[in-house]
Amino acid sequence: MTVSPIEVTKDLTIPKLFLSQCKRYGTNKVAMREKEFGIWRPYTWQDYYDNVKYLCLGMVGLGLKKGDKVAMIGDNRPEGLWTEMAALCAGGIGVWLFQDCMMDEVKYIIDHSDAKFFVGETQEEVDKALAIKGNCPKLEKIIWDDPKGMRNYPQDFLISVKKVQEMGRWMDKQEPGLFEKLINQGHGDDICLLFYTSGTTALPKGALLSHWNMLTMGKNLMAVDPCYDTDDFVSYLPFAWIGEQMMSISCGLQVGYTLNFPEEPTTAKEDIRQIGPHVMFAPPRLYEGMTRQVQVKYIDSSWIKRKIYEFSTKVGYKVADLKFKKKPVPVTWQILNALASLAMQKKLKDHLGMSRLRHAYTGGAAMGPDHFRFFHALGVNLKQIYGQTEIAGISIVHRDGDVKFDTVGTPIPETEIRITEEGEILSKSPSVFQGYYKNEEATKKTLVDGWLYSGDRGFIDEDGHLVVFDRSKDVMTLKDGRPFSPQYLETRLKFSPFIQEAWVIGDKRPYIAAVMCIDYAVVGKWADERKINYTSYQELCQKPEVYDLVQKQIEESNEDLPEPARIHRFVNLYKVFDADDEELTRTSKLRRAFVENRYKDIVSGLYSEADVVHMDTTITYEDGREQRIRLDLRIRKVHL
Amino acid sequence: MADAKDLRGDETILKIENVHMYFGRVAALAGVNLEVKKGEIHSIIGPNGAGKTVMMNCINGLYKPQKGRITYKGQDITARRPHERASLGISRTFQKIELFGGMTVLDNIRLGRHIHLKSGIVSGSIYVGKTKQEELEARKFIEEEIIDLLEIESIRDHTVHMLPYGLQKRVELGRALALNPDLLLLDEPLAGLNLEEVEDMARFILDINEEERWKVTCILVEHDMGVVMDISNRVFVLNFGNKIMDGTPKEVQTNPEVIKAYLGEEELYATRR
Repeated sequence: MTVSPIEVTKDLTIPKLFLSQCKRYGTNKVAMREKEFGIWRPYTWQDYYDNVKYLCLGMVGLGLKKGDKVAMIGDNRPEGLWTEMAALCAGGIGVWLFQDCMMDEVKYIIDHSDAKFFVGETQEEVDKALAIKGNCPKLEKIIWDDPKGMRNYPQDFLISVKKVQEMGRWMDKQEPGLFEKLINQGHGDDICLLFYTSGTTALPKGALLSHWNMLTMGKNLMAVDPCYDTDDFVSYLPFAWIGEQMMSISCGLQVGYTLNFPEEPTTAKEDIRQIGPHVMFAPPRLYEGMTRQVQVKYIDSSWIKRKIYEFSTKVGYKVADLKFKKKPVPVTWQILNALASLAMQKKLKDHLGMSRLRHAYTGGAAMGPDHFRFFHALGVNLKQIYGQTEIAGISIVHRDGDVKFDTVGTPIPETEIRITEEGEILSKSPSVFQGYYKNEEATKKTLVDGWLYSGDRGFIDEDGHLVVFDRSKDVMTLKDGRPFSPQYLETRLKFSPFIQEAWVIGDKRPYIAAVMCIDYAVVGKWADERKINYTSYQELCQKPEVYDLVQKQIEESNEDLPEPARIHRFVNLYKVFDADDEELTRTSKLRRAFVENRYKDIVSGLYSEADVVHMDTTITYEDGREQRIRLDLRIRKVHL
Repeated sequence: MADAKDLRGDETILKIENVHMYFGRVAALAGVNLEVKKGEIHSIIGPNGAGKTVMMNCINGLYKPQKGRITYKGQDITARRPHERASLGISRTFQKIELFGGMTVLDNIRLGRHIHLKSGIVSGSIYVGKTKQEELEARKFIEEEIIDLLEIESIRDHTVHMLPYGLQKRVELGRALALNPDLLLLDEPLAGLNLEEVEDMARFILDINEEERWKVTCILVEHDMGVVMDISNRVFVLNFGNKIMDGTPKEVQTNPEVIKAYLGEEELYATRR
C-alpha cells in the first residue's frame, strides 16, 4: 500500500485524524500489538477506538474540560497511548513524565503544568502521585491501570482505568455521539501537548505544541522517507521524549503502521528482534549500546568467528566509505560485500532486530562518526535527525544516498534554516512551537519573528548539509584560540566498548583533560579474564591495569587530532554519571555546569601536578540512605 | 508498603502435635506443638541449629518424625510421602536453592505444575482435546499468575545456573507457586539477598498471602528480624528443639526469654533496616 493521502489542514487535529483512521481500518487491520504474558496480543483499530472513546468519555465524566492538563507516566504500553489520545479527544493537553523521574521533578512538573489528572501505570507511579498530592492542590484525580499491589489503597480520588472506561460506557448511553462531538470541537491551532524539555542548565521548561505543529512535522518527515501501513514500529522509548511522540503519534497515525509494545523494558531487546521493525528512531546511546554489545561479543567469540567478522567489517567499511564519498562501488567489492553480508552482516542485523529495517534514525544528542560508520558498514541505513522539542522534534534529516557522518543532513520540506553571525542555528517551519508555558521571558528569547533560536552552534557545508558543532554555551576555546567541541571528543572516546561516559574539559586552559567512566560490565569481564580482583566499581576503576586500558583508548582517539585538541591528563571517576544524580539530563546529555561544580576538586587536580586527587563525598541513595565515600583517585598523564 | 493485615480465620490449616525428631542421640525437635491458622504468615525463628529447617522438613515429609502427629486440613499426614503432601497443596522453597541448573526458568516453574497435569504420554504426544486444553490452562496460569507476579519476564528463557542468586531465589518461589499451594513453606527466602531484593521478596510474600487470587498461608523461616516482625501475624520461637513461645511479633519482641535466647545476639542477627 502507498502513503496515506491525508491532507493536513489547519482544521485537522490529532483526534480527527484518529477518528478517520479508525473508520478506515476498523477491524480489518491491527493498530497495535502488545506482548503480554509471553504472547503478542493484537488490538485492531476498532479496539483502539473503543478503548480511547470510553476512556475519554469517562474522563469527561470525571470533570475533564477543554484545555485541562493530563499528566501521564508509565512504560510504553497501549493504555499509555489510549490515555493520551483520550485526553486529546476531550480537548485536553497531554503532559508526559519520564518513568524514572525523581519525586521533586514529578512535583515540579505536575504543579507547574496545573495538571488536573494524573495517570500512572502501577502502584509505583501511584505512590509518587500520592506523595506529592498534598503539594499540588490542582491535582484532582489519580488514575492507574495495573491492579498489582493496589489492594490497600482506599482513597476516593484514586480510580482505575477500567472504572473510568465503565463510566465512559455509561456516559455514551446517556449521550450518544458525545465523543464525536467533542472531537469535532477541536481545531489545529489548539494545544495538544505540553512537553517538558530536559534542561541542561536550568529547571525544565514546558514547550506548548499544537495539533498543527505535530501533524505538519509528521507529514514533512513522511514526505522525505515514506512509511507504509504494512510497516511495523516498536514503541519502547519514553513517551516523554519527543522522538517517540513523533513516531507513535505524528507519523504513526498518518501512515497507519502497526505499533508494537514490548512486554517489559527489560525484554525490549528480544521483543524488537521478534518484530523486526521497518523503521527505528532512537537516541545515540541506544546505538552506542548495540555497538558495544557487538564489540564485546566479538572479543568473546571463537577464532574463526572473529576472522569472519574482521573480514566482513573490513569489506563493509570499504563499501560504506565509497558510498559516503558517493563513488561507484566496483564489482569486485560488490561481490565481496554480498559475501560479507551472507557470512556475518545478515546474522548480526537479525540479532539487533534490524533485518527488515529500511530507515534507522538517531537524534536528540550527538553521535560519534565511528558509531555512524559502524552501522553503515553493516549495511544499516542509519541517518541523523536534528531538531528540538520546540520544533516538534525534527527540522533536518539525511536523505537516502546522501549521508555524511559528520553532518545532520538537509531541512525537511517547509523548513528553513539560517545561521546567525555568531554561528547560532535558527529554524522556521509550521512545526515551530507556540511558546513556553508560563514563561514569557524564555519564549521571547527563543522565538523571534517565527524563527526558533536553538542555542546550538553550527554551519552549512559545501553540500548544503547542516553541521552541528555543539551547544553554543559548551563550545570551548583551545589554547591556540581555536574553538573546539568537547562533545566531539567525548563521542569519539565512547566508541571504545570499555568507556561508558566521558567528560572533556579544557576551556581556556593550558591543555585538555578528561574524566572517564568505565563500563562496569565490559571492563569487569576484561578484568576477570586477566585475573584482576575487584569487589566494586570504585575499586575496579582505580586499578593500574584499568588505567593502562583507558589510557590506550585515549591515545588511539588522540592519534589523528592536532596537538592542542589532544587529551593530556585523565582520571577515572568512581561512578558513572547518572540522571538521578542530576549529572545527566533524562535524555542522557551531560550537564556540564553541574558536574563542573560537583567535581571541582577533580578538575583542579587535573590541572595541577598532583598524581592523586582525594575525594571525600556523601552520596544519597534513592531510598534516602547516605554513604560517605572517601577515596583517592589517580590522575594519569597520556603519552602524546 | 502496606502494613501486614490480619487475614487469619479461625480455621486451622496445620497442626503439629508433640513432634519428636532425633538424629542419633541429638534431639532436633523435642516435643514441638504448633498450630497454623488459615491465611496467616506464621514465622519460625531461632538461632542456628534450633531445628527450624528440620521442622519444615517434617511438615513437607522429607523427614518422618519418630514421634508425634502432623495434621493438615483435618487429616493426619504424618505417614504421607512428600509428593502426596505436595498434591494436597503443601509447597516449599529451600534454604539452599534446589533448582535444576541446566534447565530454563520456564521449565523449572513448569515442573512445579507437573503434579496437576493428568494427561499421559500418548495423548501428550498428539496434543489434542483435553491435553491441549490442560496445557493451555497450565501455560496461562504460569504466565499470568506467576511470571507476571514475580516480574521475571526477561529471564523466562534463561538457563537457571547463569542467573544471579537473587533471581534464582525468585525462580524457586515461582516453582513453589506453580503447585498452586494452600500452604507454602519458605525456608530463608531472604538469605543472601541485597536490600532491594529483600524488599521485592517481602512484597511478593505479602502479595501471595493477601492477594485475593492467592490467599496462601505461609510458614516462614527467616533470620531477617526486620522483615519477620513486619510481615508476620504470629512468630514461633524455637531453641534447641524446644518451643520458647508462640505469639504476635510484639509479644515475642518483649519476651525476656526470647531476648535472652535469640534476640540477645543482636550483632549476629542484626536486622538490615
